[in-house]
Amino acid sequence: MTISADHTAPDQASKAPVEDALSEAAKKFGITAEDYMLPARHQIQMVDPDGRLKPEGEQGTEPGHEYPLPGDDELMAAYEQLVVGRRVNDQNSALVRQGRMAVYPSSHGQEACQVAAALCLSEGDWMFPTYRDAVAVMARGVDPVQAMTIFRGDWHSGFDPHEHKVGIQCTPLTTQLLHAVGVAHAAKLRGESTVVLAMCGDGATSEGDFHEALNFAAVFHLPVIFFVQNNKYAISVPLSHQSVAPSLAHKAVGYGMAGERVDGNDVVALLAVLDRAVKLAREGSGPLLVEANTYRMQAHTNADDDTRYRENSEVAEWRAKDPVNRMRTYLTDRGLLDDDVESRTLEKAEAVATQLRDGLSEDVPVDPQELFRHVFAKPTPQLKEQSAMLADELARDASSQNSGSQEAGK
Amino acid sequence: MSPTVTTSSEANGNVSAATARAAASAAATAEAAGPQPVTMAKALNTALADAMHADPSVLVFGEDVGMLGGVFRITDGLTATFGEQRCFDTPLAESGIVGMAVGMAINGMRPVIEMQFDAFAYPAFEQIVSHVAKMHNRTKGAVKLPMVIRVPYAGGIGGVEHHCDSSESYYAHTAGLKVFTPATVADAYRMLREAIDSDDPVMFMEPKKLYWSKDQVDLDELRSQHSANAKAGKSSEGRAAVARPGTDATLIAYGPSVPTALAAAEAAAAEGRSLEVIDVRTIVPFDDETVSASVRKTGRAVVIAEAHGFASVSSEIVARVQERCFHHLAAPIRRVTGFDIPYPAPKLEKYYLPGVDRILDAVDDLQWEN
Ligand SMILES: Cc1ncc(C[n+]2csc(CCOP(=O)(O)OP(=O)(O)O)c2C)c(N)n1
Ligand SMILES: [Mg+2]
Repeated sequence: MTISADHTAPDQASKAPVEDALSEAAKKFGITAEDYMLPARHQIQMVDPDGRLKPEGEQGTEPGHEYPLPGDDELMAAYEQLVVGRRVNDQNSALVRQGRMAVYPSSHGQEACQVAAALCLSEGDWMFPTYRDAVAVMARGVDPVQAMTIFRGDWHSGFDPHEHKVGIQCTPLTTQLLHAVGVAHAAKLRGESTVVLAMCGDGATSEGDFHEALNFAAVFHLPVIFFVQNNKYAISVPLSHQSVAPSLAHKAVGYGMAGERVDGNDVVALLAVLDRAVKLAREGSGPLLVEANTYRMQAHTNADDDTRYRENSEVAEWRAKDPVNRMRTYLTDRGLLDDDVESRTLEKAEAVATQLRDGLSEDVPVDPQELFRHVFAKPTPQLKEQSAMLADELARDASSQNSGSQEAGK
Repeated sequence: MSPTVTTSSEANGNVSAATARAAASAAATAEAAGPQPVTMAKALNTALADAMHADPSVLVFGEDVGMLGGVFRITDGLTATFGEQRCFDTPLAESGIVGMAVGMAINGMRPVIEMQFDAFAYPAFEQIVSHVAKMHNRTKGAVKLPMVIRVPYAGGIGGVEHHCDSSESYYAHTAGLKVFTPATVADAYRMLREAIDSDDPVMFMEPKKLYWSKDQVDLDELRSQHSANAKAGKSSEGRAAVARPGTDATLIAYGPSVPTALAAAEAAAAEGRSLEVIDVRTIVPFDDETVSASVRKTGRAVVIAEAHGFASVSSEIVARVQERCFHHLAAPIRRVTGFDIPYPAPKLEKYYLPGVDRILDAVDDLQWEN
């Protein structure tokens, strides 16, 4: 289906053309389709870095880009997840330092994005995360230790994507965005009201698949939310080398979808924007692109040395905008958070950290025969032969334990 | 060979030519002391710097190759020395990197581009297969693409998925691409310089597990050798090396598998068996002569590669040796390769990688009783 009406395929003639659906959405807000697609002039920010609720006129909202404050229950749930997420990040980084995990791309500083991405979705919805989104994956309900399997190194993915409707954490950049589009397309064909949230970083928006995914989602008018965590760096490369567009959210209009940018360290604003995006997508207004303005507080991974390409002062500036502290202040001032709730929250976070320590400290026994078991639904004759060869090798190894060499290749 | 271009360091004002020369000669003096322990990473880095000094049309670009110096530090210092116009970061898009390099090569440049990891070159596959490999043929040689695509490849470093692929067979299978893969520090320097000098596109496959391996080499001498060879129009392209002479059987290996083959030959020697090790060096063009001569001499052969065995470089080598040496063979040629499975997670890679014992098992199977 294309936006131009004279290209409408005969079998689709009965369905509303995308153009109409877009203007339908715009009409809801009493603005033009163009104003619906273009992001508001400023990012949406509800709680400032000091934890103060901004006056309504200063939240960056505009006609058609209005966002109600999320309810107290949602905010409290978000706070709990923020504290857990921070603890998870720091525990995992510690486990890497102790040699318990090979690598961990931490989302320290981006926890508000992680939490909002999980909380905005309903049970039947899907999420397609990246390598950096472990906290979002856990907030979506995936077992923390299973989520870390990929970094513990005993298998590629430790969880079943179908169980929680969470895609495998994806490393080849933006390839998963098209899978998100496909899941949404299938859901539409199956008559399901699934919304799909697809995540990527700022650097990744340069990849071809990013653009293909946005275009497919727009052309097929699918309920996909593209959630870009703009943390300012792709390993060492700053955003200015990726894009000279006014913002990443502005890329939406080129594909015929709505874009919005939001303070990525303000979980209140994130929830407001994402909740509305999910609602619009579910109501049939097509895909949306949400850019969260945040910062990667730590090196890309433990293998990276960020002092080679950025100033400490820049990191310090962002430390003052911390998403967890900001929310703590805000909720405390609102009277929603007291010492009791705080200590219960910390306990919960500590329980998850303990779970991670225990789960990742045990030396997981690996079964070499697993190598051949999952390549196909049924192993081919060739794989059976290779598996027998390895079994034979290992048996001979075991019987000559004390006499032979312990060469790593066996 | 290469036209004069205006993007030299003088033109963009980032660094004066004098400074660059001073840096080069400082490096040269430091290395003039004769053979020293040098890593493969350092040899590659030096080769890039030397090539950029030698020819202003040589450009380096890719992901994180600028200020960071590459995730493996192979391009370390190049932006500081040559300026941001000659060594720079691109937007994060491999197809874009390769496609832009094609255009630059059409217009007088010699791009040397980096794919960050083996599996991250796949978005560029279309550009590589449909254009890099075919341009010369389509235009009957009117358009040459003197470009090098550097790919850190293969495993053995405990990397998570998508960081350990042995992707050489895809490229070797594509007509129109040269495929080089060094196994020693000296070859890393020599072959990268030759790849950059080549008017054909070269896939330069760097065994990432060998980046930090050290050999005693004299970079200064390698540099002068290269200049002399280049002047004389000589190149080691298409020549395999006898990495260790032997008489009883031939181990044929390339890139990351060469040190493993050498270790196996060493172990076999202790058991009284003399194994010759051939380092293929350039997969395309392939040195049938050296490989066949060795197998004809020994009468037995094992081909070793980390990549999956099925439809691979190792199967091609077996086929060629069989066609050329059939009547000299005392036993079927054996292969020791990775299994036909996706590269395993870190804790399982030791079961996948060809190791010394597996190679010795294969050697034992070469029908010695006859
Ligand atoms: C196709 C592809 N190319 C290169 C890489 C290597 N790589 C991994 S993460 C990364 C940077 C990504 O930056 P960004 O999208 O901003 O996400 P962030 O890491 O900041 O969360 C790169 C280049 C990759 N994983 N996939
Ligand atoms: Mg980023």
